[in-house]
Amino acid sequence: MDWLDWLLLVARVVIVFFALLISVLLYIWFERKVIADMQTRMGPMRAGPRGLLITLADGIKLFFKEGILPTNADRPVYLIAPVLAMFPGFLAFATIPFGTSITLWGRKLEFQLVDLDIGILWVLAMTSIMVYGVVLAGWSSGSNYPLLGAVRSSAQMISYEVAMGLSLVAVLMYSGHLSFSEIVAAQDRVWNVVPMFPAFVIYLICAIAETNRPPFDLAEAETELVAGFHTEYSGITFAMFFLGEYVATVTVAAIGVTLFLGGWRGPAPDFLPWLWPLLWFLFKVTAVIYVFVLIRATLPRVRYDRLMAFGWKVLIPFGLVWILITGAIVVLPDHLDLDRGTVLTWAAIALGVTLLLSFVPTGRKTHEEATR
Amino acid sequence: MSDEGRRERTFLGDTGAVLKGMATVFKQTFRPDDTEEYPKVIAEIPERAHTGRHLLNRHENGLEKCIGCELCAFACPADAIWVEGEDNDPENPTSPGERYAKDYQINYLRCIMCGLCVEACPTRALTLTSYFEMSYTSREDAILTKEQLLEPPPELGTTPGAKEGL
Repeated sequence: MDWLDWLLLVARVVIVFFALLISVLLYIWFERKVIADMQTRMGPMRAGPRGLLITLADGIKLFFKEGILPTNADRPVYLIAPVLAMFPGFLAFATIPFGTSITLWGRKLEFQLVDLDIGILWVLAMTSIMVYGVVLAGWSSGSNYPLLGAVRSSAQMISYEVAMGLSLVAVLMYSGHLSFSEIVAAQDRVWNVVPMFPAFVIYLICAIAETNRPPFDLAEAETELVAGFHTEYSGITFAMFFLGEYVATVTVAAIGVTLFLGGWRGPAPDFLPWLWPLLWFLFKVTAVIYVFVLIRATLPRVRYDRLMAFGWKVLIPFGLVWILITGAIVVLPDHLDLDRGTVLTWAAIALGVTLLLSFVPTGRKTHEEATR
Repeated sequence: MSDEGRRERTFLGDTGAVLKGMATVFKQTFRPDDTEEYPKVIAEIPERAHTGRHLLNRHENGLEKCIGCELCAFACPADAIWVEGEDNDPENPTSPGERYAKDYQINYLRCIMCGLCVEACPTRALTLTSYFEMSYTSREDAILTKEQLLEPPPELGTTPGAKEGL
């Protein structure tokens, strides 16, 4: 490696970092505008054209506000918690391929910061670290509501991480790789979302719960917990939580796109071969985020016991069963001299029959009716 | 709540309900916005919507309609009106009749725009306009004097400060 390689490496890191920051700015604007449209409002209109710079204005405002340090706070932990909440999102994004490659100055530059062999594990590790930010923030604030919010939130995030891990396990069993670039390469014919649709649904639900977005935003629950774990935070530290949450959302959407929706793949014309995958990736991420926003605009916040029940009693068993089925899909073709397509067809038929059976009323009381 | 009319809960039924809700919300996207960009665009106010500042009216010959009877002050549930009546100077009357209002003040920090004062006024001297841009920087400024109330309010959006930040 000579100096140009080092320079290019640093440039790529900086560009990805700022691209992610800017994408978060745009995404917050996007979310506010979309929700405003759905509520027949205008949303932010003042800063910049159509209010495009509203997040920047908010950020500047937060930056200049006073950061309050509560008397009871555990100072070092209190100050490090927002950092822990912010950076995992960035770090997880570093492994995601967001395009093919471009040749500059005789060097081939991948549109991916690091192609880790353990891509999925890295992402799971980073989402786990995100929980630390929340827990430590709640605990170190030295106040009751943040503590409650942190306990809720850690329980929720850890529970849903299990189900999320299960859905990711199904994908990596199916494609046979942990590395994101290999997983994208394996989706050249059919996107994973087709054979792995149940895993995709589990992933989407867990992604929302994992990033504490409505309807699973019990950690913050403005109306119940006064913002939960970050009640005591203000100014720049609060901005870091906010940023971390939205970076995590973008990252989680990008991971979903990479694992299930074919990553940067899409039909492209012949000229500028490096540009189209990039645009496809952006488009798909925006689409997934739009679904997140639509879910947020539609569903009310889930009650806490139902949230946990849903995670442990529905998503995790369902994920386990789906791993079994995936295992069968992966292993059976070798033993029965069938191709994967045939096995998938049978699996789909079995799933359809199961769904049809679910239409048959059981006559048993539902949980709510039994406990009412 | 009775169990009658409750649909049987099924997995697909519940999922369908969620998807239906999302479709409903999605459809709202295409409805025209109900809000407008207020200081930039000031929506037209219905002609007879009297929901703003008061106006003390005059007769066509320039005499004040107010006779200083204080009925408006009595009617006011918020105690926002102060009236001091006095006998008219017969040579140079301010209002037709015996008495006129020497002092007339409305405190807009108290006023709730209920319009009871307007109903109480026997001479139609006091009416409401639809001028709602009333913001003040001190308590004293919020008390409008008789001279100010005799002037018709300015156009909406012309107050200094109304266009601030545009």
